[in-house]
Amino acid sequence: MKNLNPALFSALALAFIAVLAIGVHVAVGGTAIALNDVFSTLFGFPPDGRTALMIYEFRLPRTLAAITAGVGFGVAGALTQNVARNPLASPDILGVTNGASAGAVAAMAAVAQLSWLPAGFGQWGMPVFAVAGGVLVTVIVFAVVWRSNLESNRLVLVGIGMSGLCAALTSWMLTLGEVVNAQQALTWMAGTVNGLSWQDLAIAPLVIAICAVIAVVLRPQREVLAMDADTARGLGSEVARDRLVLLGLATIMAVAATVVAGPLAFVALASGHAARILSRSIVPPVVHSALLGMIFVLAADLLAARTFSVALPAGVATAVIGAPYLMFLVVQQARTRNIR
Amino acid sequence: MNAQRIPRRVALLAIVLTAVLLSIAASLWIGSTTSTISELWHAVVTPNDQVSDIAIREIRWPRTVTALAAGAALGVAGTLIQGHTRNPIADPGLLGINQGAAVMIVAVTVFFGPQNPWSQALLALAGALLAALAVFGIARIDGRGASPTTLVLVGAAVTALCAAVVSAVVLLSEAALETLRFWQVGSVVQGYQSALMLWPLLALGLGLASINAGQLNVLTLGEDSAASLGVSAIKSRITGLAAMVVLSGFAVTLAGPIAFLGLVVPHLVRYFFGADYRWLIPAAALSGALFLCLSDILGRLLARPGELPVGVVVALIGAPFFIHVAHRRRAVSV
Repeated sequence: MKNLNPALFSALALAFIAVLAIGVHVAVGGTAIALNDVFSTLFGFPPDGRTALMIYEFRLPRTLAAITAGVGFGVAGALTQNVARNPLASPDILGVTNGASAGAVAAMAAVAQLSWLPAGFGQWGMPVFAVAGGVLVTVIVFAVVWRSNLESNRLVLVGIGMSGLCAALTSWMLTLGEVVNAQQALTWMAGTVNGLSWQDLAIAPLVIAICAVIAVVLRPQREVLAMDADTARGLGSEVARDRLVLLGLATIMAVAATVVAGPLAFVALASGHAARILSRSIVPPVVHSALLGMIFVLAADLLAARTFSVALPAGVATAVIGAPYLMFLVVQQARTRNIR
Repeated sequence: MNAQRIPRRVALLAIVLTAVLLSIAASLWIGSTTSTISELWHAVVTPNDQVSDIAIREIRWPRTVTALAAGAALGVAGTLIQGHTRNPIADPGLLGINQGAAVMIVAVTVFFGPQNPWSQALLALAGALLAALAVFGIARIDGRGASPTTLVLVGAAVTALCAAVVSAVVLLSEAALETLRFWQVGSVVQGYQSALMLWPLLALGLGLASINAGQLNVLTLGEDSAASLGVSAIKSRITGLAAMVVLSGFAVTLAGPIAFLGLVVPHLVRYFFGADYRWLIPAAALSGALFLCLSDILGRLLARPGELPVGVVVALIGAPFFIHVAHRRRAVSV
């Protein structure tokens, strides 16, 4: 045991929990399915046609959406915290997810309001606008501190302001978009995986998987950026370029996750930070963050949607669990910065 | 110097008051259909049951009164909270105090049935007090008294937590989306009855704030100097907290948890009226009322023929302002 690498050990433990969480997430629902039936169906040997239909058509899209969102937010949080060297700097706190949400809803409002838009705008306009919203927020928030001190909490404050602004914009766009469907509105305000089907999962899982692999490959760059900027430059690193690449990856992942599940609060913040603690590494690790994000969203969705008589949006549960985590981080940071 | 500034401040107060009166007129005038001047005159002076009279007297007048009362309360609450914390980015909405009040009302309403305005207000006061104590308490753990950033970040966490609980409770009661949005962003369409019944609370809050104004002036010299001048820091902090909680609770009962108004108004009045809280408090009350009334009018124009909840409009204006203040390298000392 003494020689066991803590990062490897915790990754294996997390992977085990994640598989279990996936199984439970698929199993629990209107009719419960036995766990061994779930796993045999997932590996391609369904016990009967009814179970196969239930899992493949109804349960699996929802589970895959939760996994996609969890991995996307988790890794995006780790990358952003890595670049900013600040555990509070994650795409949800900085308003990137709310920006993507506002963009997506703006596209919906445009469809409802502007008759001259080309046909099919509703299909491709939504993700394009979501990316635009997320990228715009990232650029604004980081531009504020880019030339001075990236670690400064002014970044976080500006992000909180952007987050509030984007939430208000989303609210406005929802009235313009004639969104009468409460489910749709909730998706873009709180985040939920209720009522998703395979069609909603065409692109985002692929995008997130590719970005996650790139992030793993870029580990040397992430390790250098985890040091202070002068040291990183002294080691011959193109600091500005590496920061831009990693922030770009983080933004795309956060936006893709938002397009699937809406702006789930605190998943990125908590997963990125907890992953670093668990793996005892200097850089927030990608694999741990992905697994933790996945577990967080699956558990939150089980808690929100399956515990009460009404299926609550998963974003409610992530906020209730994540807000105390934010408090803990803030207090911890304030203490250490005082000692320094 | 000081003698010259008094007429200037009186003139400024008169200008703000005139603006408030004009905004009341505009608020009665503008709606999903804009009235003509003669219709407005008819409704105010010789009302009968014609449609425009009903629109003005039954719909626009109540929401105008609600906006004025809630705005005045939030403006003063924001000025007090910024003065006591000496934190230019503090606001009862951003620090979770308004959301705390909202959670209390929503939870009790869902589990024990509808409450009358006075019980709602008392619940709101309890919620606001709990949230305020929680935020100030947690933010103080860092040892040397809360830094502005720590306070706002803890407030953001409390706000998020309370907002999520509000969503959950409202959704579990299977209430309509409209109810949810009222308790998440705030609006002035349904608070008139509460305003008519609860005005003593507003008077109490403004009275406490006026008492607190002189103490705050002395406290800006530092707590030790204040003590040597006979002003007890603890007593005036408690008075300030009480005033802020009463005003926030009152505003939330009327109009839901509106954020950012209490942030913007103090900056505006400090810019025009200087640092003397005996002037800042009345100026903040008038400017807050003006701000919320104008935001409500804007909300009717931005989403015609529907309307935007006033909380959304205030956030659209206030959030960029917050970014501006937070972004400045050295925030002005309060």
